[in-house]
Amino acid sequence: MSKANLTQNNSFLIDMTKCTGCRGCQVACKQWNQLKAEETEFFSGEGYQNPPAMSEYTFTRIKFRDYQKNGQNEFAFYKEMCMHCNDPACASACPVGAFVKTEEGPVIYKAERCIGCRFCMIACPFGVPKYEWSKGLPLVKKCTGCYDRIMEGLKPACVTACPTAISYGPRDEMIKEAEQRISRYPDRYINKVYGKEEAGGTAVLYLTSLPFDELGFKPVTMRALPSYTWSALRLVPTIFLTVGAGLSALSWINHRKDRLKAEQEQLAIEESVNPKEEN
Amino acid sequence: MTTTQLVVNEIKGYHRFVKFLIFLVLVAAVASMARFIFGLGATTNLNDTYPWGLWVSFDVVTAVPLAAGAFTLGAIVHCFNIKKLEPLVRPAIVTGFLGYSLVAIGLLLDLGQPHKGWQVLRYWNLHSPMFEVSMCVMAYTTVLFLEFLSPVAEKFGWHLPLRVLRWLEMPLVVAAAAISTLHQSTLGTFFLIAVDKLHNLWYNPLLPLLFWVSAISTGMCIIIVEATSCHKWMGQPNEGVLLRTLAKVLPWTLGLYITIRVYSLLALSNGPFFDQPVLTLLFFLELGIGFILPFIMFTQKSVRNDDRRRVTAALLVIFGVVLNRFNVSMFGMMDPNQIYYPSIIESLVTIGIIAGHILFFVLIARYFPIFEHHPETVDYSIPDRLQKLDGRSKPVVRGIKAQPLKAGS
Repeated sequence: MSKANLTQNNSFLIDMTKCTGCRGCQVACKQWNQLKAEETEFFSGEGYQNPPAMSEYTFTRIKFRDYQKNGQNEFAFYKEMCMHCNDPACASACPVGAFVKTEEGPVIYKAERCIGCRFCMIACPFGVPKYEWSKGLPLVKKCTGCYDRIMEGLKPACVTACPTAISYGPRDEMIKEAEQRISRYPDRYINKVYGKEEAGGTAVLYLTSLPFDELGFKPVTMRALPSYTWSALRLVPTIFLTVGAGLSALSWINHRKDRLKAEQEQLAIEESVNPKEEN
Repeated sequence: MTTTQLVVNEIKGYHRFVKFLIFLVLVAAVASMARFIFGLGATTNLNDTYPWGLWVSFDVVTAVPLAAGAFTLGAIVHCFNIKKLEPLVRPAIVTGFLGYSLVAIGLLLDLGQPHKGWQVLRYWNLHSPMFEVSMCVMAYTTVLFLEFLSPVAEKFGWHLPLRVLRWLEMPLVVAAAAISTLHQSTLGTFFLIAVDKLHNLWYNPLLPLLFWVSAISTGMCIIIVEATSCHKWMGQPNEGVLLRTLAKVLPWTLGLYITIRVYSLLALSNGPFFDQPVLTLLFFLELGIGFILPFIMFTQKSVRNDDRRRVTAALLVIFGVVLNRFNVSMFGMMDPNQIYYPSIIESLVTIGIIAGHILFFVLIARYFPIFEHHPETVDYSIPDRLQKLDGRSKPVVRGIKAQPLKAGS
C-alpha cells in the first residue's frame, strides 16, 4: 500500500537488556508533546509501571516485569509505544485516510480528517491508538514518532533522552545491528528481532533476554494486517458489476417473457374476435 | 383551531402504545443530547479497551441486516419475477428506509466528530471497509428514499414525480440489490482485520459471505414478522398465502448459510474453538437455536402454512442473526478480565431507536398509502394528469388549427 522505501525509513532499535527503567523516555515524550500528567497510584495496573496503561495523555511508557534468574529476583523492562508498522492496519482501516505511513518512518495522524469512528482502535494489533474520552467531540491520540522533530533533523524525544537502550536510524541498518548483537552475544539475547516480521514488519525493533510472551507481548500475525481485509475488499467492483448485470439481465429476460406472453394472448383474443379474417 | 392544537388533538387520539413509543423516543433524544454535552467517556461505558459498544454492535452492525427486507424482496419480486409478492414490497421499503435512517442517526451519535462525517465523501480510502460501508449506506439510503417517495407522491397527487419514479423502479431495484450485497458483506470484512482479537469460533475469511447470506435470510424473516404483526395489530388483511411462498425460499438460504458456516469452521478456521465456556454456549445458541432449528422448521410444510409457527421460526432466525452480530462485534472480542456492558444512556438511546422504528412505521402507515399497493387493484395509467391533459388538448389544438385554415381559404 505504501510507496515509501521501507528499508530506508527510520526505525527504533530498543535493546531491552540495556534498559535501566529510568523512564526518561516517558518524561521526554510528555514534555515534547505537551501532554498532561496523569494522577496515578502505585500498583494500579499490572505491576510497578505507571500510568496503568497508555492513554490520550501517555504515548509511551516502560512496563516492568518481575522474574527469577538463578534464584534471584530480577526486573525486565519493555518500552510500549506505537510500532509505526510498514503497512499499518490503522491507515488501511481509516475511512478518510487520516493515518499515513510517511517516507521518513513515522505513522502520522491527520486530526483534521478524522471523523471519530474508532475503527483504527479495533484494527491496531498493538492497541496503540487511544481516544479523548473526556471530550464531547473527541479525537484519536497516539505516538507521532516525533515527526516534527525528524523533519527538523532531530531525533525523537525518547531516543534523545534514553541514556542506554534506544538506537535510531534506517531500518535495514537497525536490523543488521540487531542481528550482529545477537550473533556476538548469543547467550545474552533470545534469537529473535521482534518487529522484523511482526504485522508485516514494524519500525520499532526489540531485542530481549526474556521470551517475548513473558514480557507481555501479545501474539501477533506475521502478515501485514491490511492484506486480510483487502483480500475481500478487492472483490468489491467485480461483485457490484456481477450482481448488477446479473439481476438486470434476469429481469430483462423475465419481463420479455411476460411481454411475449401478453402479445400472444392479445393475438389469441383478436383471432377469436375475428376468426374469418384468418381464413 | 391552530395547527398546534390540531397536532395535539391528533396525538391525543393515538393508541396508548403509540404514546408510550413517543415517550421512549423523547427519552432517547434527551439521552443523546447528554452524550454531546458531557462527552462519550462520561455517558457511555466505552473506553480504550472497548472502543465499540452497543451503538456499533446493535445500531449499525445488527440494524443493517435487520433492514435487509427491502432489497431482498425487491429482487425476488422484480428480478426473479414472482409478481404475486408485490403487496409485501411497500411495507418492506418503509421498514428498510426507516432502518437505514436510524442507522445513520445511531452512527452520528457514535462518531466522535459527527459534524465531519461528510468528509468520507472528500477523502476516499478505497482500502477501508468503513469507507465502503459509509458510501454504500449513503447511496442505499438515497435509493430507499426514492423508492419510499412513491406512496408519498401518490398521497399528495404529484403526478410528474410518480411517472419518473415508475420509470426508475427497475434501475432502483437492481441498484438496491447490488449496493446491499456490497455493504452487507463488507460489515463482515470489518472484523477480518481483528485477526488476533476476534475468537476463532467467529473469525474466518468467509465472514463477508456469511454476513451477506444471513442478511438475505433475515430480510425475508423480518418481512414475515412485519406482515404478521400488521395483520394482528394494525387491522391489515392476512397475507399468509404470500408469506407461504416467501417461506419456501428460506430453507435454501438458511441451508446455504449453515453449510458455509460449518465449512468455514471446519476447513478455514484455526482452533482452539471451545476454550471459553461462555463463548461456546453463545456459539451453540446462535447456530443451533438461531439457524439450524428454524431451518428444520421451514423445511416442514406444516410450519410454512401455519401463521403462528411460521412467525415463530422467523423470530428464531432474527434471534440467531442478532446474536451472531453481537458475537462477532462484541462478545467474541471481549477480554474476560474486563467485561463491557452498556451504560444507561447507551441503552436508552438504543431502546429509543427501536421504539422510533416501530413508531414511525405506524405513523407512516397511518398517513400514507403503504398497504394499498396491490397491483391487481392499481391502474398504472391513473392517476396521470399529464396523460389526460395530452389526450384532451390534442383534438382542441387540431380544431383551432383547422378553423383558421378554413377561414383563410
